[in-house]
Amino acid sequence: MMEKQTRRSFLNKLWLLLGTLTFAEIFAVVLGFFRPQKPQTDEQDSNTLVIAGRVEQFDPGTVTAFVSGKFYLARLEDGGFLAMSRRCTHLSCTVPWVSSENKFICPCHSSEFDIRGNVSQAPAPRALDLYPIDIRNNIVQVDTARPKKRSVFSSEQVTYPKQA
Amino acid sequence: MSIFPGKQQTQSKHKGRPKIFRSFLLHFRPATVSERTLRLTLTWGLGGTALVLVFILFGTGLMLKFAYEASPERAYNSIVYLNQQVPFGRLVRNMHRWSANGLLLVVFLHFLRIFYTRAFTVPRQFNWVIGLGLFGLVIVSNFTGYLLPWDQIAFWAITISTSMLEYIPVVGIGVKQWILGGEEPGTRTLMNFYAIHTAVLPLLLLFMVPFHLWRIRLAKGLVIPRAPDESLPLEDSMLPAVPHLVVRDVSLTLLVFAVVLLCAMFFDAPLASQANPGLSPNPTKAPWYFMGIQELLMHFHPVFVLLVLPALLTIGLLLIPYLKEDADTTGIWFGSFNGRKITLISVVFGVLLTLGAVLLDEHVFNTGQTGPSSLVLNGLAPFSILVIMAGLFLMAIKKVFSANRNELMQSLFTLLIAAFVVLTLVGIWFRGPGMKLMWMAG
Repeated sequence: MMEKQTRRSFLNKLWLLLGTLTFAEIFAVVLGFFRPQKPQTDEQDSNTLVIAGRVEQFDPGTVTAFVSGKFYLARLEDGGFLAMSRRCTHLSCTVPWVSSENKFICPCHSSEFDIRGNVSQAPAPRALDLYPIDIRNNIVQVDTARPKKRSVFSSEQVTYPKQA
Repeated sequence: MSIFPGKQQTQSKHKGRPKIFRSFLLHFRPATVSERTLRLTLTWGLGGTALVLVFILFGTGLMLKFAYEASPERAYNSIVYLNQQVPFGRLVRNMHRWSANGLLLVVFLHFLRIFYTRAFTVPRQFNWVIGLGLFGLVIVSNFTGYLLPWDQIAFWAITISTSMLEYIPVVGIGVKQWILGGEEPGTRTLMNFYAIHTAVLPLLLLFMVPFHLWRIRLAKGLVIPRAPDESLPLEDSMLPAVPHLVVRDVSLTLLVFAVVLLCAMFFDAPLASQANPGLSPNPTKAPWYFMGIQELLMHFHPVFVLLVLPALLTIGLLLIPYLKEDADTTGIWFGSFNGRKITLISVVFGVLLTLGAVLLDEHVFNTGQTGPSSLVLNGLAPFSILVIMAGLFLMAIKKVFSANRNELMQSLFTLLIAAFVVLTLVGIWFRGPGMKLMWMAG
């Protein structure tokens, strides 16, 4: 049954509509304001390519820390390179390389990783994140823009210097 | 003068306090109060203590706001300056820190008091829910305040606590990045935490605390305490709030203030070296009130610890006042003589079971050694075993004590609380470098 439309009921509906709109607007503004944004692109971002050094600088079976790039460069026994994030995959602590024990040991929850970044002791759920490596003219370059997640080590992750 | 409207009306015929002042106070305090609810053994002054601590926190927090600079480069130095140069700066910071820690503890005890005196039945059901909300606000307040000094303890505690969110499926990573304003704690994080800590949370508390108190008035005061063998109706008399209630309010306030001051004078709030994102301290620990969760993370899959268990617990806690009850035991500590025995046994069983599980996992199963944690091996399997053991325990309780529904629910709650307390203490005191179990790690 249709009720008779009076001026009063029409205006009331109009108020209701306007009120709803106002709230929707406020809601949208607040939501937009707090929407996560991409971090500003500044020098840090354009500088993600780190020149690690010449191939011979790194002995096989060693790990070198790059503090500003926040990664480790590991040279495996067979001469291949891996660039790994220093963030523990468990809860983001910074993992130090303990050369006496030949592994990464996380101080926070005692996760351990071997030289290839594989988990040798939980609770870490996956191997250390990787950064892509490029070796040109015998110089090792690491792109630290975006870490790559992996579950375990596999041989195709290793970058080998071209034999001269 | 419009500042004091109706001057004649505000002055009562009696000498002394103006009427407007008295009637204003009566919004918060009743005119008369039940003699029984004044007994210390009902409330232990816990709710009142929490309120006083909130006042101290507001006061000292406002003062600290004038000394603190919210940026990663300057925050730490502003705290050092506050500690060393500002007159009473150290004292005010200490008071703020110890009141905040004290508030967590007192609110937790208050929560236990409400539970074990069943002060959540009609008409207090919803006030239990508000109380849980306030508990949440207190935890978040502590957590956001923890980061502000920007020292090593703060930085890494926040790093690992927020990284826990990553394990929540689908939304976790997004939520973490939203809170941190990036991948790892930085300028945005500090700004977020500062705004939440010094504006959002105080505002919410300012509304929620009076709401909580008003609901008590709506329920005509506190639950009337009684002994297990006292039957209703009770012998009770109403006393005037002035002086009987007010004198207790004032003395409690002074006592709490004195304790906080003494703590602040003799114990300094911790401040480690300035935050260094390249070096995690060994061991890195979450804030002490999250140590139970961190300890659980050593044994269970993160999805279990951070999603399944919290979800189950939150739902369970919210439902407590709405469960069907077998008997009205409101106001009786632990419900009955039977309930007291059951609770005691549950505490012992809960402590032993938790300690046993922690030691067993550490030394026998060593789930930590078996490689990456799996949802079945580190989640479902041990969880099911624990649930079965708790279930068997409850069945035994039901048989031996012919326990009713209230008492069984109370027993289960006690088990969980005992487990939580044990895990927290193990995490705080018995986890040393490398998070290895050791005797009194400090």
